[in-house]
Amino acid sequence: MLKADNVTLGYGGRPVVHDVSVEVTEGGVGLIGESGSGKTTVARALLGLIKPMSGAITYGTRDLNALGRADRAAFRGQVQPVFQDGSEALDPRMRIGSSIAEALDAHHRLDRAARDARITELLESVGLDPALAERRPHQLSGGQRQRAVIARALAVEPDILVLDEPTSALDVTVQARVLDLLASLASSRGLTYFLITHNLAVVDRLCRTSQVLFAGRVVEAGPTRTLLTRPAHPYTAALRDAVPKIGGAPPKAVGKVEAAPATEGCAFQRRCPLATDVCRTVRPVAREVAGRSVACHRAEEVVGGQISGAQGG
Amino acid sequence: MIKITDLEVRIGDRVIAQVPSLEVRPGECVAIVGESGSGKTTTLMAVLDLLEGATVTGSIDAFGTDVVKHGAKDLRGSRIALVMQSPQGAFNPTMRLGVLLRKALAKHGVKGGEADRRAREAVRDVLLDESILRRYPHEVSGGQAQRFAIAVALALGAEVILADEPTSALDVTVQAEVVAVLRRLHDERGLAVLLVSHDLALVSAIADHVTVMKDGRVVESGPAAELFANPTSAYTRELIAAVPTLPEADHAEG
Amino acid sequence: MRRLDPLARVGAVVLALIVLAAIFAPLLSPYPEDALDPLNSLLPPSGEHWFGTDQVGRDIFTRILYGARTSLGIVAAVLGLSALIGVTLGVIAGYAGGWTRDVIMRVTDVFLAFPALLLALATAVVLRPSVTTVIVAIAATWWPWYARLTASVAASVAKRGYVDAAQCLGVSPPAIVVRHVLPNSLTPVLVQLSNDGGGIILTAAALSYLGLGAQEPTAEWGLMIEQGQSLLTTDWWVVTFPGLAIMLTAFAFNVLGEGLRAALDPRRLPR
Repeated sequence: MLKADNVTLGYGGRPVVHDVSVEVTEGGVGLIGESGSGKTTVARALLGLIKPMSGAITYGTRDLNALGRADRAAFRGQVQPVFQDGSEALDPRMRIGSSIAEALDAHHRLDRAARDARITELLESVGLDPALAERRPHQLSGGQRQRAVIARALAVEPDILVLDEPTSALDVTVQARVLDLLASLASSRGLTYFLITHNLAVVDRLCRTSQVLFAGRVVEAGPTRTLLTRPAHPYTAALRDAVPKIGGAPPKAVGKVEAAPATEGCAFQRRCPLATDVCRTVRPVAREVAGRSVACHRAEEVVGGQISGAQGG
Repeated sequence: MIKITDLEVRIGDRVIAQVPSLEVRPGECVAIVGESGSGKTTTLMAVLDLLEGATVTGSIDAFGTDVVKHGAKDLRGSRIALVMQSPQGAFNPTMRLGVLLRKALAKHGVKGGEADRRAREAVRDVLLDESILRRYPHEVSGGQAQRFAIAVALALGAEVILADEPTSALDVTVQAEVVAVLRRLHDERGLAVLLVSHDLALVSAIADHVTVMKDGRVVESGPAAELFANPTSAYTRELIAAVPTLPEADHAEG
Repeated sequence: MRRLDPLARVGAVVLALIVLAAIFAPLLSPYPEDALDPLNSLLPPSGEHWFGTDQVGRDIFTRILYGARTSLGIVAAVLGLSALIGVTLGVIAGYAGGWTRDVIMRVTDVFLAFPALLLALATAVVLRPSVTTVIVAIAATWWPWYARLTASVAASVAKRGYVDAAQCLGVSPPAIVVRHVLPNSLTPVLVQLSNDGGGIILTAAALSYLGLGAQEPTAEWGLMIEQGQSLLTTDWWVVTFPGLAIMLTAFAFNVLGEGLRAALDPRRLPR
């Protein structure tokens, strides 16, 4: 339904995301990347907040940036964002109830009583006390704010939620509960998620397929489980190994983590323990390796576990 | 080197942190884990004597000085160093990092060639390139800034680093690198660390001893391995359960 | 709101008193506004005439009270008019961006290029000297500042997540501006408004002093000074009391404005 086809995105004529294709499909799609990867830019484009420099974003069969008034309204009613920080996503001067009412009013004509009833119902559906409708954002905790943002998004009864780091600003226990909520909403309301995060565990929880974005390019794409258990790109492997685990191996820092992406050859070469001459000169193109698409010259070796050996040396 | 006994921090009538006992020994990494409002940062700030408008009772013995009674002015920035979540704001933006570090050293009477030597050594100790000394704060990434903050502490002769969520503003791969640096300093140089974090997984990667706090009280405390293996309090169990887990890697380790 | 600093509170109290004095001038003043009494002209301050009398025997205390009406009326009208124009254009420019912003900002820049008093003088010369002229003249030079200030604040508000969220909900741009951008852009403008009150009082007094503003028999502080200036050495009270009134009011506006600026500074907002 919502699809980006080979889009290049940027600001002021400077591209930050190159040739990215995404299709938001049932089961959820994750876009994994760290700061500067361009992941938020992709989210903004899918929400119709910025226009692609090239390529097209289509909703149904039509180009998102050529929708008529009615189609645009329909699109707005079906794709909703949940941004990272609830204190940023809610107008600080508005009561929570008014923020949700604004969403309701944008798509339905409701009388006062019906609207209040809907607000109560929405707040309850995200596990919030309806009395919080009278509060302003700063009077809520981080977790409550994020739930309020989700309630507002649900007000228009969307099919797709674009989640941009929905739990990254929250404490761990709160994060876990918000993830539970998102997981249960997906099944109870038939929601499809397009999730943007640097947190692999969050993607694993909510998305059946994933893409890994590095320096504005997709380096690996496929079923989330496949990517996480048998990464074929050294960057995916590095992301996974960097996550600290209780009782597990200590987090591993691979290569020069903060080296700038290369502009020639493979962007990841400076950080890659497996980089060879071909990586320095030829930009790898995406190809099928072991059930996923990957842009790496040495993907077969990475799948085979070579990356761990390279780290030791 | 730091020993907290019967610490209580109050604002008005409200107790915001209560720590019966906590000790950081040389070469040890002690972590205080908790969520916002747990009192973990308050405890850290009490050690540094940086709490304003709060009443502190009990004793905090740091290198033989009772901080509660006599303050920590002589210890801050020398034997005890603070590393914050985003250090970039704390660096003077108009000064190159090398100048900044040399100024800090000059304050401690270290000048000339000796200062240069110490600066370069400290930067290498945190796995940074010496060229960072010629850069301005805005020219370095968050992870580099964080490691440089640790380097400053080392150069000034810190024996214990107090770190408040030192990696929560960083990407995972960058966090891993900062953690690697801290582990190395801890293993090889016997640097002591008092770490405050909400991230149990991170804490499990570096801490020798863990204290769990909730709503200003200590709910559990013990050696890290034991605490993670057999948590006694329900809250600790909840925290451990909340840590997002990844599926295990599939291929054989090489 | 967080508490104002003590000086700003003094300013607020003084200003409140001046406003009350202006509102209740007819009740408070011991004499009618225009009671000519040539036999009792240029009397020094006494129990009967607290601030003395002027050349034609009018009670100066009475004239100051009525003058407060004129001055505060001018301030209110100028602030209202220039805020209306400036904030409207500014918020549109800030939210819309692109060429809309460019056009509005160019026009604003043209007005800003003229020195305020000079533009006011020119306006006052073209129109007939009167209180209305003063208001139009000052407002013409004042609104561009509000436009510029509002545009920059609105531009940053427009980038906030809640504006994106409203856009994604399908809320129309005018509604987004009125509901989200405008209310969240107003704080710095309010501070500026309060700060500018003093400047407007001074400018209005200057225009009247130059004969381009309020005309006899309107009670206006600047005009009172103009008419009494030759008497400064012999009958000091004629000039001194209106001068003090101007100073006191301008001072009250300024300290209140500074206090508001400090109190509303986002860096001091509690999290």
